[in-house]
Amino acid sequence: MATVAWLLDENPETRMQAQLGQGYRLARALARNPLAMVGLAIIVALLVVAAFAPWLAPYSAVDGDLANRLAPPSAVHWMGTDELGRDIMSRIIFGARITLYIVLLVAVIAAPLGLVIGAVSGYFGGFVDRVIMGVTDIFLSLPRLILALAFVAALGPGIENAVIAIAITSWPVYARIARAETLTIRGSDYIAAARMLGASHARVIGVHVLPLCMSSTIVRVTLDMAGIILTAAGLGFLGLGAQPPLPEWGAMISRGRTFILDQWWVATMPGFAIVVVSLGFCLFGDGLRDVLDPRQRVKG
Amino acid sequence: MTDTPTPFPAKAPGFSGPWWQAVWFAITVALTFLGLLAITFVIGRVVPIDPVLAVVGDRASQATYDAARAAMGLDDPMIVQFARYVWGVMQFDLGVSVSTNRPVAQDLARVFPATLEMATLGILIGVVVGVPMGVLAAARQGTWIDQVIRVIGLAGYAVPAFWLGLVGLVVFYAKLRWVGGPGRIDIFLDGMVAPVTGLLLIDSLLAGDMDSFRSAFGHIILPSTILGFYSLAYIARMTRSFMLEQLGQEFIVTARVKGAPARVVIWRHAFRPIRVQLITVIGLSYAGLLEGSVMIETVFSWPGIGNYLTGALLNADMNAVLGATLVVGAVFIVINKVSDAMYRVLDPRAR
Repeated sequence: MATVAWLLDENPETRMQAQLGQGYRLARALARNPLAMVGLAIIVALLVVAAFAPWLAPYSAVDGDLANRLAPPSAVHWMGTDELGRDIMSRIIFGARITLYIVLLVAVIAAPLGLVIGAVSGYFGGFVDRVIMGVTDIFLSLPRLILALAFVAALGPGIENAVIAIAITSWPVYARIARAETLTIRGSDYIAAARMLGASHARVIGVHVLPLCMSSTIVRVTLDMAGIILTAAGLGFLGLGAQPPLPEWGAMISRGRTFILDQWWVATMPGFAIVVVSLGFCLFGDGLRDVLDPRQRVKG
Repeated sequence: MTDTPTPFPAKAPGFSGPWWQAVWFAITVALTFLGLLAITFVIGRVVPIDPVLAVVGDRASQATYDAARAAMGLDDPMIVQFARYVWGVMQFDLGVSVSTNRPVAQDLARVFPATLEMATLGILIGVVVGVPMGVLAAARQGTWIDQVIRVIGLAGYAVPAFWLGLVGLVVFYAKLRWVGGPGRIDIFLDGMVAPVTGLLLIDSLLAGDMDSFRSAFGHIILPSTILGFYSLAYIARMTRSFMLEQLGQEFIVTARVKGAPARVVIWRHAFRPIRVQLITVIGLSYAGLLEGSVMIETVFSWPGIGNYLTGALLNADMNAVLGATLVVGAVFIVINKVSDAMYRVLDPRAR
């Protein structure tokens, strides 16, 4: 109990204590939202499954038993086998790694890119702002999936190219958010104080502006994860994402399409995985938004 | 489809007055189009396919190659090439498709009505079901009805369209036999109706051919419903939050205190002011449907622009890919900008 009291101390003695206390309060607020906790549980499950895939998967993801192809779900193969006799559940478990890889890579590329572009735009304002926001608006008013398709068509199919295509189409959203945040703080006294102490523009943006844009960006990234997963799966479905024999969920659905009328499980099972994981990110993102970003909260 | 931008347009900066706004509007639309053209142009340049080799073959001498390259204008500065590209697009010249051997513009004009028909029926379903659902969720905030509608709304963000299409085919076509399978119409009725508008439902009614109409309806209803589900999810979510915003206002309390019946308060007092906002939402979601139809069309072998696009992708038919991207992008931009402008014209508060 002493720790909790220390964390919730109204007059923290160190910066670390204040930050830990802040984090503790957020965690408590988040824990009160059951749906957000369900989302968190799903995300944690995804992480665990991806990390321990070789130990969790009962069979190999790439080697099949041709004598036992297209077997329906049973006690031996919980989700059945595909057209090469590979265990579908094992493939879904290994596929969690690919999904996580794509999602994290897109987030790591698109979010910082958008953040910096938006913060620069909002901080300098004027002509720079007009030009950058003009470009951002053009990207925002174009259809993302179609653009991603066209980019992949040009770059060639594959996971890395799919990631690049999705990242290229998703940075403008973060730029918009970072700009809006920056506009509200760029006139603050502490920014002026930092400038007066001789901080360069780069330092002001990096040290004093960007950290304040983080919370709304994190919320947005979490909410966007579901969309990224669906787009990646869609590219995989069209044969433009991960290539066989990689157990990517969208590509698995595409393979199962041929047998959909008689062996429904081949295409259906990976879809459930996509739905559950996307839903997890949606729910957790919603909860995060309520806690971190009260201004954007949709009532109720 | 999962990510539709927020429906609140930013105010046009600087100048005010209706004329300046119209001019500014035209400029932004033109610039956005130019941006779209620049993107498709760049994509067309980074393709690792040498367009000259495709013409002269890989056994041509260096002199022939250089001559062909110069004749195709590939030696000109980029800006000249871009200007030529824009000029061509303005005259509806999108190049020739290598898979169909026809001008891409002609191909697109042929496949576009199929997509238009499906997306329009989809948005109708989305509006007719989604708006009342959103209103109901707001009116019964916190009850189980609200929770169910919330889950449906979230499903729109979490369920892949192509997967839902496959599951729909298994359940409603293969197992229950309620609807027709892939394609626009039963194969033996194909081509029976003279194309007037290109929309099969309307054409068959015009011709008075009820068999064709029934068959076409049986084929379109499932893909349209699935498309409609996605717009429904978005529309219901937005309607709910708009309604809650209104229901929290003081004039609603006043109306309630004065004893107005709940139905009147909800529909006349709270719903009326949000109609303008809803137009923007519906416009955005219509644009989203055109995009979403790419996946659905692939699953249902629907001979529309999405199917054309994915077919071209697999054949590395870049002219067709870029042409289709351009057309979908252009429609997307037009719908976006028009609903944006309508919002400004119709809602005095946004002026």
